[in-house]
Amino acid sequence: MYEFATGPLVWIAFILFVGGSIYKLMSMLILAQKEKSVLPTWNAKFGLRSVMHWVVPFASRNQRMHPVMTVVSFVFHLCLLITPLFVMGHAVLWKQSWGIRWFSLPAWAADIMTLVVIGGFFFFFVRRMVAPEVRNVNTWKDYVLLLIVVAPFITGFVAHQQWLPYSTIIIAHIVTGVLWLIAIPFTWLSHMLWFFFSRSYMGSEFGSVRNARDW
Amino acid sequence: MADPVDAAVVDQGIDDRLKGLSTERIRDVINRVLTKESAARLKVYLDTCVHCGLCSEACHTYLSRDRDPDFAPVAKVKDTLWEMVRRKGDVDTEFLKKAARIAFTECGACRRCSMYCPFGIDIAYLIMTVRRICSLLGVVPQYLQDTTNSHAVTMNQMWVQQDDWIDTLMWQEEDAADEIPGLRIPLDKEGADIMYSVIAPEPKILAQLIANMAMIFHAVGADWTMPSGDGWDNSNMAMYSGDFEVMGRVEKAHWEAAMDLRVKRMVMGECGHAYRGAVYDGPKWLGWQGPPITMVHAVEYYYDIISSGKLKIARKIEEPVTVQDPCNIVRGRGLHKKLRYVINALCEDFRDMEPRYEHNYCCAAGGGIINCGPPWKLSRMKSIKVKAEQIADTGAEIVVTPCHNCHSGIEDIIGHYNLGTHVQFISELIIKTMEKPGSEQT
Repeated sequence: MYEFATGPLVWIAFILFVGGSIYKLMSMLILAQKEKSVLPTWNAKFGLRSVMHWVVPFASRNQRMHPVMTVVSFVFHLCLLITPLFVMGHAVLWKQSWGIRWFSLPAWAADIMTLVVIGGFFFFFVRRMVAPEVRNVNTWKDYVLLLIVVAPFITGFVAHQQWLPYSTIIIAHIVTGVLWLIAIPFTWLSHMLWFFFSRSYMGSEFGSVRNARDW
Repeated sequence: MADPVDAAVVDQGIDDRLKGLSTERIRDVINRVLTKESAARLKVYLDTCVHCGLCSEACHTYLSRDRDPDFAPVAKVKDTLWEMVRRKGDVDTEFLKKAARIAFTECGACRRCSMYCPFGIDIAYLIMTVRRICSLLGVVPQYLQDTTNSHAVTMNQMWVQQDDWIDTLMWQEEDAADEIPGLRIPLDKEGADIMYSVIAPEPKILAQLIANMAMIFHAVGADWTMPSGDGWDNSNMAMYSGDFEVMGRVEKAHWEAAMDLRVKRMVMGECGHAYRGAVYDGPKWLGWQGPPITMVHAVEYYYDIISSGKLKIARKIEEPVTVQDPCNIVRGRGLHKKLRYVINALCEDFRDMEPRYEHNYCCAAGGGIINCGPPWKLSRMKSIKVKAEQIADTGAEIVVTPCHNCHSGIEDIIGHYNLGTHVQFISELIIKTMEKPGSEQT
């Protein structure tokens, strides 16, 4: 079971994640060529100007209007992306499988960042349930997706603390991680892929066409 | 919850047209628009939305209706386009009635929400896609459809006949010449520097505005002209009803009038959506890279002639004034600074709105909403309480509105909420404050 989970399953996950993302990006590029305005409007300067105002905390008015949401979102997303890339356990796997030496986080830092992700998950989960304007547009799928996002962090944390039999929990960790990767290109987790494109397109339209700001 | 009073509004353009629709036709039209008329943007926008609700506070309808979640921009997309996509076009007439109400009367496509969505999703574009579907099915509020029909038949929005048009210009020329001797409204002058275009409600109900502009052009010695035939109207309600074929015809006629007269640039009156139609949506639909010659909005023109000293200001307005930022020339053209320059040049006591510039609230009239007519007026007033509060907070006595839709919409707001202020176009302020050459005033 462990061999399957760390072998073929991981391969399937990466193939679906990478292949799915490339497929999505390519098909969107083909579709974008069909639009009269999209590609001619794109402008690096104004696109980046808009992206910068949305990836720097509190640089846009809406972020200033929701300070708690802004702080939680930024911290959550940073920890979400950095932890799996640099946690020591993963660095060891990179070394074993590919011989790649990788920067790794100290264990205590990875623990804190994992707890931040789990805390962020609770924040978003409760917000989706409680805030009327969010609950109104959410379905069970949105909650399941949030669970998929947090599951590898919970299982990873439990595995690291060795609170449950390691051989069982590590398989749960791998399976949930695989789900997480596969979900990215095929669900709204693809906002990870699209953020840069949708934001920079809107920034281009506002900046180069309409002479206005979009933050 | 949708407001039961709004949901019960009877609109023949929607209710009667829905009766004859088969589910097959509805499905065909929806799927055609979703697959043939839209591509990457629609797909990316639908894929990217994480249902976070952060667009809610961008919308005046949401804020005005006590934060009713059904009025959040994302909820409007959920109740229209998401369902159409999810059910692959298999929706019934009851659903379409609701979708038409939301898309035509509860969203003005002002695009404020795309500045609040962290991903820059163009929510107004998604709502316009719903309007397009409704239009192809013939389900459009009757008053709005009437303006589109008028465009299709007469090339102007208000059934103005050519003899009426010329007659109105001659009448305004006479009136203006009473104040400034020797003033002319030159018709069909080939090779003039400027072609001036207006929206059809000017000759129909606000003809004085044409005389105002004639006096301004005369005062600065402009070389200008207006066409006597089709193409003089720069308004384009077909753009908002979703009849893009007619929208394209109207814009083509408008620009062809300018090219026939071989003018160097087009100056347009104080209207927002007309700018959008002439500069963005029209050329885009026609497959042009942009307008063939420069379009100068009235606010830009006033800025040029005042800042260059060509137009002399003799006195200033003393009453406190504030200004509405029209979506299509502020979010659509970034004219907010020039707008304030002009107002400060004309007025002693300018009090800005909060929020302002690109972040100012929509007037709830533009985007075709006010054109949906009397059946929807009460709904519109409920949707714009936030603007009434915003105006009252400034303490201004005059609200300057360099856009026809903002002008009419804010006039309604002032009446409905008893604000005791009044609305003015900039040209009205200029006429009161400028030095008039050759007249007794100077």
